[in-house]
Amino acid sequence: MNTDQNKFPCSYFTDTKPLLLENGTSIDELTVAYESYGKLNQDKSNAIIICHALSGDQFLASKNPLTNKDGWWNRMVGSGKPIDTDKYFVICANVLGGCLGSTGPTSINPSTGEEYGLNFPVITISDMVNAQMRLIQHLKIDKLLSVIGGSMGGMQVLEWAATYPSNILSAIPIATSSRHTAQNIAFHELGRQAIMADPDWSGGNYIKAGTNPTKGLSIARMTAHVTYLSEASLTKKFGRRLQDKEEISFGFDADFQIESYLRHQGLTFVDRFDANSYLYITRAMDYFDLEKTHRKSLTEIFEKTNIKFLIASFTGDWLYPPSENLMIVRALSAGGADVSFVNIESDKGHDAFLLEEPEFDDAMRGFINSVSTEAKIL
Amino acid sequence: MNNNRTDLELITSLVSKGTRILDVGCGNGELLQSLKDRKSVKGQGLELKQERVNQCVSKGLSAIQGNADSDLSLYPNQSFDCVILSQTIQATNNPKNILIELVRIGKKAIVSIPNFGFWKIRADFAIYGKMPITKKLSNNWYDTPNIHLCSINDFVDLCRELNIKIEKTIVLSSNNTQSYNGSPNNWSNFFGEEAIFLIKS
Repeated sequence: MNTDQNKFPCSYFTDTKPLLLENGTSIDELTVAYESYGKLNQDKSNAIIICHALSGDQFLASKNPLTNKDGWWNRMVGSGKPIDTDKYFVICANVLGGCLGSTGPTSINPSTGEEYGLNFPVITISDMVNAQMRLIQHLKIDKLLSVIGGSMGGMQVLEWAATYPSNILSAIPIATSSRHTAQNIAFHELGRQAIMADPDWSGGNYIKAGTNPTKGLSIARMTAHVTYLSEASLTKKFGRRLQDKEEISFGFDADFQIESYLRHQGLTFVDRFDANSYLYITRAMDYFDLEKTHRKSLTEIFEKTNIKFLIASFTGDWLYPPSENLMIVRALSAGGADVSFVNIESDKGHDAFLLEEPEFDDAMRGFINSVSTEAKIL
Repeated sequence: MNNNRTDLELITSLVSKGTRILDVGCGNGELLQSLKDRKSVKGQGLELKQERVNQCVSKGLSAIQGNADSDLSLYPNQSFDCVILSQTIQATNNPKNILIELVRIGKKAIVSIPNFGFWKIRADFAIYGKMPITKKLSNNWYDTPNIHLCSINDFVDLCRELNIKIEKTIVLSSNNTQSYNGSPNNWSNFFGEEAIFLIKS
């Protein structure tokens, strides 16, 4: 993919004040690429930040310039939608380590004049949040009405709530976990090994070598994609149906529809994602452990917090199952937090939070309305 | 006004303005909504059925899915000004433990119960010799969620045993309500169809 910054039509914020990272190093010149929707009101009290997931980007509710498809949460964010851009100023930033304009492995390292590649520091979820905080400070927003995100976005939400409690009024972590489990790490490791096993990865220097580990990255995506679905949704969508043929071929072509579908998912992913970014971001997720980072139990982290929480999970999600989300709910309750929890009946797997789930939409709308009413936003 | 609404009205009247409330078995949030609208409380709901929790959240009420029997232990001591258990204690597995938990996590607690000592129930059983079915307790013995029914006197006895103080009792019968400072008299156990207790440890 093209690595030129500023090639994506969105807003940019560049900060020359170094961003200190959790691993002890720093990013000397931070760029945050972001999109915003709606209007910031006079007293800057209607801002919502939405944190994207692993393969997401800042094009939340606008056409993605790489795929030409609608934004990934178009269903949820927009005029008259549950997160109503007629009322709220919605910000979505490409994460630190990402490949759609924010500083990441494809950016130019100012000290060498070349792309970072594997010289990019290993970043964490908390580094991502600190980068977003810089953006919020730059926009002169003191208090966010809400911080919202699913999956890795939910991890950022938890990190926001743990690190900057006085800067947010409400938080909605969705289909997420307070730490990556062994199973979560295992699937990510499969993806990373697939990328690194591709000769075109060229030891991480594929930009210089003029190659691109598209095979490795697409296998990583295929593996991950299966974890976002469920057996029920796969059966419903594909079953054992064959792709454009009446009989099996006794070969290794994509006989089954599911194979063809996964291959397509892999192939289209490489057009919009960078392999090294994938390594860095999955690593950040694997390292995520809120209790360890903050050296406190979950209950202690959120004890007496004034943040109003809505936690949402989906019954068919086996990647970040309801039990993981419920653990956060219990810790929050024990700390005396104002917390709501909805567990949505769905067989669509982890991806359910991105898909049509009217009950989820209603809960989102109701919760956000109640927060904005309390904050006296008309 | 049906009986359920009366119960809700009376409980609302017992709650102080602007306080922090936990409604255990909050259903679809009817009481929480009433307390929010009329007493500006900071309310939380705990409800067994997820579908009802979702309904609460859609209305902008804070609620989580949970079980009164197992999940009250999550909450720290005295973390609410008042904990409400409306028409639910008879459907729990361990009412004694729940009562202890209510006054532990709440500075005060409001518990309402259907009175099994009500004369119609007694008469029904005396005449037919079968498990009574009334308007308030309308299930058959085999499909009722009410596994721990008690009378007003039973409830008062349990509070005494647990050193729980009854500050106020409101007894409801079909045509009137009677308030008592402290425990009610014996007549209420006969004529009362339902009772609401304001208790504390």
